[in-house]
Amino acid sequence: MEETRKKKQEAYENYVKQKTPVHNVYLNMLKAFVTGGAICVVGQWINNYCIQLGLSKEVSGSWTSLLLVLASVILTGFGLYPKMAKWGGAGTLVPITGFANSVAAPAIEYKKEGQVFGIGCKIFTIAGPVILYGIFVSWLLGLVYYLLTKVGIVL
Amino acid sequence: MMTMTKGSQSLMFAESPYVIGHGAVAGKKESEGPLGKKFDYVDDTNMFGEKTWEQAESSMQRMACRHAMENADVTPKDVRYLFGGDLLRQGVATSMGVEKMQIPMFGLFGACSTSGEALALSAMCVAAGYGDMILAVTSSHFGSAEKEFRFPLGYASQRPLSASWTVTGSGAFVVGRKKSHVRISGVTIGKIVDFGLKDSQNMGACMAPAACDTIVTNLKDFGREPEEYDRIITGDLGYVGQTILFDLMRKKGFNIRPNHADCGKLIFDQDSQDTHAGGSGCGCAAITLAAYILPKLESGEWKKVLFVPTGALMSTVSYNEGNSVPGIAHAIVLEHC
Repeated sequence: MEETRKKKQEAYENYVKQKTPVHNVYLNMLKAFVTGGAICVVGQWINNYCIQLGLSKEVSGSWTSLLLVLASVILTGFGLYPKMAKWGGAGTLVPITGFANSVAAPAIEYKKEGQVFGIGCKIFTIAGPVILYGIFVSWLLGLVYYLLTKVGIVL
Repeated sequence: MMTMTKGSQSLMFAESPYVIGHGAVAGKKESEGPLGKKFDYVDDTNMFGEKTWEQAESSMQRMACRHAMENADVTPKDVRYLFGGDLLRQGVATSMGVEKMQIPMFGLFGACSTSGEALALSAMCVAAGYGDMILAVTSSHFGSAEKEFRFPLGYASQRPLSASWTVTGSGAFVVGRKKSHVRISGVTIGKIVDFGLKDSQNMGACMAPAACDTIVTNLKDFGREPEEYDRIITGDLGYVGQTILFDLMRKKGFNIRPNHADCGKLIFDQDSQDTHAGGSGCGCAAITLAAYILPKLESGEWKKVLFVPTGALMSTVSYNEGNSVPGIAHAIVLEHC
C-alpha cells in the first residue's frame, strides 16, 4: 500500500516536471556572467582609481567593498536591486552586493516590527546561514592548515 | 426534516440562498490587469491608508465588507454571522479587519480556497435557517504574503516560471434569503488531496489534483455533465495547474477544456504583467468572483457556473520540515435566477 502510494507520487512528480516550464539555464548563465562581470568591473574601476590616488592596496580594497555595499543598499532601498536580480540572477547574488542586499532587504521589511524584535532579530534571516557556515568553514580550513603546518607539509 | 445531502460530499439546497451583495477591493497591479476597471475600490499605493502590509490587508477586508453591504443595502446590524479568513498567521488580517463591524464571527483557514469555504458555510447557514443574512469575506496581500511565506520584498531573487503572483485584494459577499439574480443552489465540500508534491513554488500542480477530485465529485453527486455548466471556474491553478487539471480530468473521462476558466489566469495579463504562472491568494478567486463572475451571472449572460476555489495547504514550518503541499478545493454552484 505504502509502496504503491510512493510510486504514484513519483510518477506525478515526474509528470509535473515535464509540464512545468523552467528558465533557460544557458541564457541565465550568460545573463549572470554579464551582470556579475559588470559589478566586478565597477569594483575594479574603484580599486584602480583609489590606487591612482596613492592609497595602499589594502585601503583601496576596503574602499571598493565599502562603496559597492553602499551602492547595493541604496539600490535595494529604491527597489531597484530586485529588478537587476530578476534579469541578472546569480550575477547579482554572488558579488558582495548580493550579500549587502540580503541584509538590507530584511532590515527594511522588518523595521515595522520594532528595533529589537524586528530589525534586531530578523536582519540576518537570509544572510545568517551564510555567516554561520562561512565562519564554520573558515574555522575548519584553519584547523586543516594548522595540522598541515604541524606535520610539516606547509611551512 | 427534509434532507438536503446529495451524493457523497454535496448539498443541494431545498430553498437556495441568494448572493445579494458583493464587494471587491484591489491593489495597483490588479487594477492594471484585464479586470482592473471592474473593482469597487482600488488603492494605487497598496497601503489602503495604513502603515504596514498586514494592516493594509485588514483595511481591505473592512472596505470589501462595506461595499458588499452597501451593494446588498444592509447594515452590520442586519448581518447574523460572518465567515472570514486569510493567509496570515492565526488569520490576523480578518480578526483585525472585521472587529469594528461587531458581527458575530467564525475565523476560517482554507488557504486560497477560503472564499469557497466561507461561501459554502454562509449558504449552509442560510439554508438551515440559522440566519437571514450572512457575510463571507477573505483577502490576500502581495506584501504580507511574500513576507510570510517567502522573502522580504527588497530581496534579490529570481522567481521560477511556475510561481504565481499573490493578488492584493479582498472580496466580500452577503448571502441571504432576500431574492436577487444569483443563487447558490448547491455546494460540494472538498477533501484534502495529497499527491506528494513538495514544491511550494508550483502551487498550481499541488492543487490541481484537489480541483479535479472536487469537480468530478460534484458532477457525480449531481449527475451532471461538464457542459451543463456555462463555466467551470477554478481559483488559482494558473497556467501550469490548468494544463494538469485538463489531463487529470481526461483520465477520469471528462473534457472540461471548452468551458473551463481560472481566476489566476483571468486577473493578470501574463505577457505584460510578468506574473509567471498567474495570480494566486485568497483574494484572487474572491475578487474575480465579485467583480467578474457574479455580474455575468446577474445579467444572465451565464446561467450556471461552478466556482471552485483551490487552496495549497502549507505553513512555512511544514515545508521546511519536508512535508508535502496538499491541496483542497470547494465547489459552489451558482445559478442565474
